[in-house]
Amino acid sequence: MHLVVDPVEWRALAQDIAAAGGRLLALWGTNRVGQCDTLHAVAIAPPRVISMSIAIADGTQQYPGVEDVFPSASRMQRAVFDLCGLRSTEQDTRPWLRHAAWPVDAFPLAADPMPSSLPSPIDDYAFVRVEGDGVHEIAVGPVHAGIIEPGHFRFSVVGEKVLRLEERLGYVHKGIERRFTELPILDGHRLAARVSGDSGVAYAWSYCQALERMTGTTVPPRASWLRALALELERIANHLGDLGALGNDAGFAFGLAQFSRLKEHLLRATEQALGQRYLLDLVVPGGTRNDLAPAGATVLDEYLAQLTDEVTVLRGIYEEHTGLRDRFAGAGAVLPELAAWIGLVGLAGRASGQTLDLRVDAACAPYDELAVRRCTRQDGDVLARVTLRFDELAESVRLLRRILRAMPSGEHAVAVPVPEPGAVGVGLIEAWRGPVVTGLEAGPDGTILRCHPQDPSWHNWPALEHAVIGNIVPDFPLINKSFNLSYSGHDL
Amino acid sequence: MLKTLQQILKTGIVTAAPPAPADELRVREALESRIREVLGRALCIREVDAGSCNGCELEIHALGNPVYSIESLGIRFVASPRHADLLLVTGPVSRHMEVALRRTYDATPDPKLVVAVGDCGACGGIFGSGYASCGAVSNVIPVDVVVPGCPPSPTRILSGILAAISKSPTDSTGRPGQ
Repeated sequence: MHLVVDPVEWRALAQDIAAAGGRLLALWGTNRVGQCDTLHAVAIAPPRVISMSIAIADGTQQYPGVEDVFPSASRMQRAVFDLCGLRSTEQDTRPWLRHAAWPVDAFPLAADPMPSSLPSPIDDYAFVRVEGDGVHEIAVGPVHAGIIEPGHFRFSVVGEKVLRLEERLGYVHKGIERRFTELPILDGHRLAARVSGDSGVAYAWSYCQALERMTGTTVPPRASWLRALALELERIANHLGDLGALGNDAGFAFGLAQFSRLKEHLLRATEQALGQRYLLDLVVPGGTRNDLAPAGATVLDEYLAQLTDEVTVLRGIYEEHTGLRDRFAGAGAVLPELAAWIGLVGLAGRASGQTLDLRVDAACAPYDELAVRRCTRQDGDVLARVTLRFDELAESVRLLRRILRAMPSGEHAVAVPVPEPGAVGVGLIEAWRGPVVTGLEAGPDGTILRCHPQDPSWHNWPALEHAVIGNIVPDFPLINKSFNLSYSGHDL
Repeated sequence: MLKTLQQILKTGIVTAAPPAPADELRVREALESRIREVLGRALCIREVDAGSCNGCELEIHALGNPVYSIESLGIRFVASPRHADLLLVTGPVSRHMEVALRRTYDATPDPKLVVAVGDCGACGGIFGSGYASCGAVSNVIPVDVVVPGCPPSPTRILSGILAAISKSPTDSTGRPGQ
């Protein structure tokens, strides 16, 4: 349901949603010349998805913050200011996505054009200092030692024990939301798929779902089943990659060799069946770009049979390996109570007892027919996140088999009409990492007035800061990998 | 332990028999001999994500799996640009990574090579250039070879690395020249 509220009602509504055990999923702003400034939010209190527009009174450009109700709103509110110039009442007014690539008084989603004389791209961010005997800081990044995305971590430590971690993100901010406004709305899925390349299917689907809802398009059954096929393949590919990397980060290179081999074979089977190793271009408005190749189902079936056998053996090895268990168990724990307060979502949330899974709680076709079995763990440590990946991998294999068996016949795409100016739509898809929410608003002549994709990492990055407290610095890479959060999807 | 050994024995060496041998093997063999010829030792690569969507990183990771087995060719990903012969850079270069990329380039000892990976590294890709994006890697640092693709396959990336080494004239020490 969609609600239009004023800023005071917004706070009350947020409190009601939180009291009902609901979650804030997305928050973004619009600020355009000649129009009322508006804050937008999407929340879920299963089974209800609530989208809200909060009109901000003329000229004030200020709205009440909800960071005390939903802690993850804090960084989103700071980002809304950086991009749109709408300020919440929150005390932390430090920039979040803006470093120094654009001036403090220019707002990329409001100003047109942006100032051409840009300041020096070096800025001075006010990290919180920890004082005391023997406390020192370790600064890491943005360029990390491995093949990973850039970000900055500031550790305050005593000896090797972490007292505090503060994250600084925004390094891969590419101006995606402004870029959307330069693309035709029927073409925006290509950019959406590249918000976070490891979740391309989820992002493209989320975008297309928003577009299809605003145009009243009914996607053919075969198309949604193909999309689910692709989404579960994407989930398995990422889980295989992570399971190998987690073994490696705990000193068990065997795990990386084995799981990366299984992942490579999956990517090759995916390419044979659907045309790409990573399915960034499969989901298009109205359906999918191509159908399953004639031999595709057989190729995938054979792969899944082999995968099941091999993962059973590897899971046994991981579970019996005392060295691995010693590193995994108890490391980076986020207990359910803390997870609930922070609003942890997705895979990391389910490893900390937070049950939300959009495939169950806001199931779109074909998930409403697939009866996804929800996986959860309670311990919230690295071991729980490893175990949950094994559980979800097995569930995805079960779903894939069912999808391949029961795939309806027919068309795999229909044409989508150009939406009316001002039409709005919201898309929600459970990516392997967690819920990907896309807010989309149509402009005149098939343009995009506003598109905001929200990555689940917005909710989970703050939890990482809690997870490492009291752990030792050498365990940070392992803990970080066990969350495997997105930088690009977050930084936009 | 017994299960681990059994699994290792059961798996065998997968590197020698990739499902599509022609491309993979030709590139691998050519690369290996060229690295020995030009460098006389391992090629050290520092990967820099300068604004990528993380798609290219997934395929660069794949180079390390047993099928491509990049380390067996004498190529190693190193943790510091100071240890590197070649920078493998993905883009588009965000404005926020511009300085970090320049500093990484400056910290890499001469002679050095730069390979820009992916459509975005090549030309800015779908992100283009704008208030927050500098576009192509070559807009920020000198680039020797570009590997287009979204993302390019591991084989294409290997070919790109080979092209960079082949392009490079050698100096008297056998190291690549500028």
